[in-house]
Amino acid sequence: MVHILTQFPLLLRVTAFVLWRQYANMRPIFIIVDSQSVVITPQPFPVNPGQLILQGTALSCIRQDRVLFEQLNVSVQAGELVQIAGKNGAGKSSLLRILAGLAQPDDGQLGYQQHSLSDVAAEYAANLCYIGHQSGIHEQLTALENISFWRAASEVDQADDFALLAKLGLAGLEDIPCRMLSAGQQRRVSLARLWFTRRQLWILDEPFTALDKSAINMLQQHFVEHLQQGGAIVITTHQALSVSFPHQTTLELAYRW
Amino acid sequence: MVVLVSFIQRELRLLARQKADWLNPLLFFVIVLSLFPLGVGPEANLLRIMAPGIVWIAALLSVLLAAERLFKDDYRNGVIEQLVAARQPLLSFVLAKLLTNWLSTGLPLVLLSPVVALLLNIETAGFVAMLLTLLLGTPLLSLLSVMGAALTVSADKGGILLALLILPLYIPLLIFASAAMEAAAMNMPYHGQLAIMLAMLLFAMALIPMAVISALKLNVS
Repeated sequence: MVHILTQFPLLLRVTAFVLWRQYANMRPIFIIVDSQSVVITPQPFPVNPGQLILQGTALSCIRQDRVLFEQLNVSVQAGELVQIAGKNGAGKSSLLRILAGLAQPDDGQLGYQQHSLSDVAAEYAANLCYIGHQSGIHEQLTALENISFWRAASEVDQADDFALLAKLGLAGLEDIPCRMLSAGQQRRVSLARLWFTRRQLWILDEPFTALDKSAINMLQQHFVEHLQQGGAIVITTHQALSVSFPHQTTLELAYRW
Repeated sequence: MVVLVSFIQRELRLLARQKADWLNPLLFFVIVLSLFPLGVGPEANLLRIMAPGIVWIAALLSVLLAAERLFKDDYRNGVIEQLVAARQPLLSFVLAKLLTNWLSTGLPLVLLSPVVALLLNIETAGFVAMLLTLLLGTPLLSLLSVMGAALTVSADKGGILLALLILPLYIPLLIFASAAMEAAAMNMPYHGQLAIMLAMLLFAMALIPMAVISALKLNVS
């Protein structure tokens, strides 16, 4: 016991050092080591239009022994809206998750602004807003609290969100737990993020689900504004887009056996 | 830092709205400890000998009980997936979970310790030792259980898997904590055991947040 006690100050010092490195930077030391090759500086937004943002070459994805897609090329430019279409189970969501950096493609490379995505993962994530199939809102929290959570997570200053919620047609519902809201209203709370994040690339999985016509129109108008500022959007949807976008590409994924 | 504070507020709000999440483990702890004297008989000497083991086993199981649902809601809602995609806020999220998990399950055990001392007939020296071991040990319990919860978040019935994963890691803590309390009951010094517990705690504090982040990333990919 005494022997261990004499070793103790050294152990304490080592642990304190690791703790200090970790919490002083608010970023685990291992991640800094990971991405040493590229200096992480979040890109100021907006950027020059037409610039290639995201590029996937020869991507393939295999789920449960079924090839969803292979040799697939995707490219997203600033100012472009890429719509990914295809039947249920064709691999749309899997493709979005790969593009968002959440899953690894079984084959192929992903590039972000001429770098390999794995080298600039932190920079890419700082410029990405991904809203998946699930809404990303907690049912026990109110609309205001959910929005404030996502404000903090996207490192945007807290602000008065009553105006934003009123704009989204949620006036009077700000202080009700989200489990009391309808599916469409929950979707609106979730999409409220798009009005305050300053991320260049939006990756949205079925953003129009459960929304009514006027909300879909409003969202598409907002897409147009984002594209005009040099942003880029990747979405999956089964609905035909009712607004004509200046630069729109459709990628059709075939359902394969 | 601002992000961390706002995440902690969110977790505290959720705890205030889902009281069962932290009250159940606490009640479990109290029930186990109050049933023991009835089960083994109210003989003061016997209770005093068994007290360290009982207290720590009850604490371990109650912390384990609280761990299972820790990440479940946020996983189901897609919050974790979207935080992993955003990458930067994940560490703050994990630290907020760790801190609030200790505040809701570890700290109440420390506060309950005078009651426990009364129930199990623990004398002053033993009580001080129990307080110290709980203060050092419960943060470690929280850290380990958060790690287990993060590893099993995508498993459907993760409860028993979580117990199998985490209980072996609790054993060193159990041994040193009850050894410290036994030593105190016999009026022997127990600084060595406390030092080892502190070392384990510091080690876990340095490494477990990173392990939790990796586990969450693994579970959404």
